[in-house]
Amino acid sequence: MELVVVSVLGADRVGIVAGIASVLARHNANIVDISQTVVRDIFSMIMVVDISKADVDISQLRRELEEEGKRLGVMVGVFHIDVFKYMQRI
Amino acid sequence: MRFDPREIGEVLEMLVFRELDIRAVTLSVNTLPAIRPNLKDALDALSHLLEPYARRLRPAAEKVASKLGVRIVTVRLAVSPTSIMLEPLGDAKAAVEIAAFLDELAGRHGVDMVGGFSAFVHGGVSRGAAALIEGLAEALNSTERVAGFLNAASTMTGINLEAVRRAARIVLSLKPHAAARFAVTANLPEDVPFMPGAYHGLGQPDAVVNIAVSGPGVIEAVVRSLPDADVRTLHDAIKRAAFKITRLGELVGREVAKELGVAFGAVDLSVAPSPKVGDSVAAVLEAMGLPRVGAPGSVFALALFTDAVKKGGAMAASTIGGLSGAFIPVSEDAVMSQAAAEGAITLDGLKAMAAVCNTGLDMVGIPADVGPDVVAAIIADVMALAVHLDKPLGVRLIPVPGARPGDIYDLGGLYGRVAVVDASRYSKIPLVARPGTAPPGVERLKKG
Repeated sequence: MELVVVSVLGADRVGIVAGIASVLARHNANIVDISQTVVRDIFSMIMVVDISKADVDISQLRRELEEEGKRLGVMVGVFHIDVFKYMQRI
Repeated sequence: MRFDPREIGEVLEMLVFRELDIRAVTLSVNTLPAIRPNLKDALDALSHLLEPYARRLRPAAEKVASKLGVRIVTVRLAVSPTSIMLEPLGDAKAAVEIAAFLDELAGRHGVDMVGGFSAFVHGGVSRGAAALIEGLAEALNSTERVAGFLNAASTMTGINLEAVRRAARIVLSLKPHAAARFAVTANLPEDVPFMPGAYHGLGQPDAVVNIAVSGPGVIEAVVRSLPDADVRTLHDAIKRAAFKITRLGELVGREVAKELGVAFGAVDLSVAPSPKVGDSVAAVLEAMGLPRVGAPGSVFALALFTDAVKKGGAMAASTIGGLSGAFIPVSEDAVMSQAAAEGAITLDGLKAMAAVCNTGLDMVGIPADVGPDVVAAIIADVMALAVHLDKPLGVRLIPVPGARPGDIYDLGGLYGRVAVVDASRYSKIPLVARPGTAPPGVERLKKG
């Protein structure tokens, strides 16, 4: 598995999960974990995604997800899981 | 390995909202194999040696940044002290031409800076160092990306007052943008990733990557979340945050070194500030409970901060290196700059703070009409602190033409806004006109 973290933050609206998930599905990136909250109309979602079988690399996936984020009016970030392993585990 | 959403959220907040990034990836290269008895051959050899590294550096850093989703703010090259290349040439014009070559090479390959245009003169000035010193002002004034230093003091050999005097004259002949690329240093380590202290040390492999981290915004947020905590709890919270920040440097260093196929050297765990809002070390000190940085209590606050950063960072990095303490460069830290313009930060205050950090007097503006005695004496004071406390310190002063204390000169970019401070009420200081090298102190004797 090659895991990446996708974070989405912005004003809540219909279609955010669907929009982001459809980009991932189009590239055969598998969502392995997802958590989502809406606090005072601010939508926040964190996905852990396996891109080992995806047809694009993390850079290309980031570009497309950021583009989708712009369309949806939300901020999207894509980070390699190693960042979290290094910073949150000894 | 599973992560709690709060753990992921904490890292995301640091990266997205707290300006956590990698300040510099510095590729340090041994350029001594390019030493030749004449300039043309030396430049050819230097080109042959450095081109392959320079060409691959930025793409490698960008590839790693893109893979991880982490910003790398600058990429830099560090070369062996140029004075050594100048030993057979012995010529200031050669020094200027080598600087021009390094500047052009860096510009062509998107390398932000090249460090190592430098000499070690703490015990005396060699033929190559003399050539470098003679050419330094012209070399830095005529380039954009070249950085250098004169190491004028060391715990082991003492303080070379002659070198201090010559360095002072160089400082006063530099344009502001060039002065930002020149420091007078003491005890400079061999693996500094920060400019202008970076150079390729003599005890290093042929090529090695060193990393400089940022992240004061992360620590400021932690401190602000603990308004009523006792100082031990505060220290512990800073330590934990520093661990995470330094870990990011460790990860990026390993990845870039792998990508370049060179050794990974060290992480400098100093959390470097930048002029951006929310990226200030001084703001951390104020968040601890200072009305303004520079107020009484500033040395205590800085000591607490530096100690916690060192203890947290030490475990996060496989090897710590460089200056590894705390940076309070006045212009490069928006809150420091403002405090200096208000008069809360003074030269004397900075000297006191230098006792508990690794900065010295960094990016401080002085009126350009200050006499060379004053500049030399200011440098000598910091050299004395470094030698007698046995630590690296530096002096990077920016002479601003026509300026008075309280004025601001905007250098732009990462250099920020230079606040001009009162340098001295005296102009003649005969002490610094005395020849010779001050002997090393008791710290030297302790080492046997």
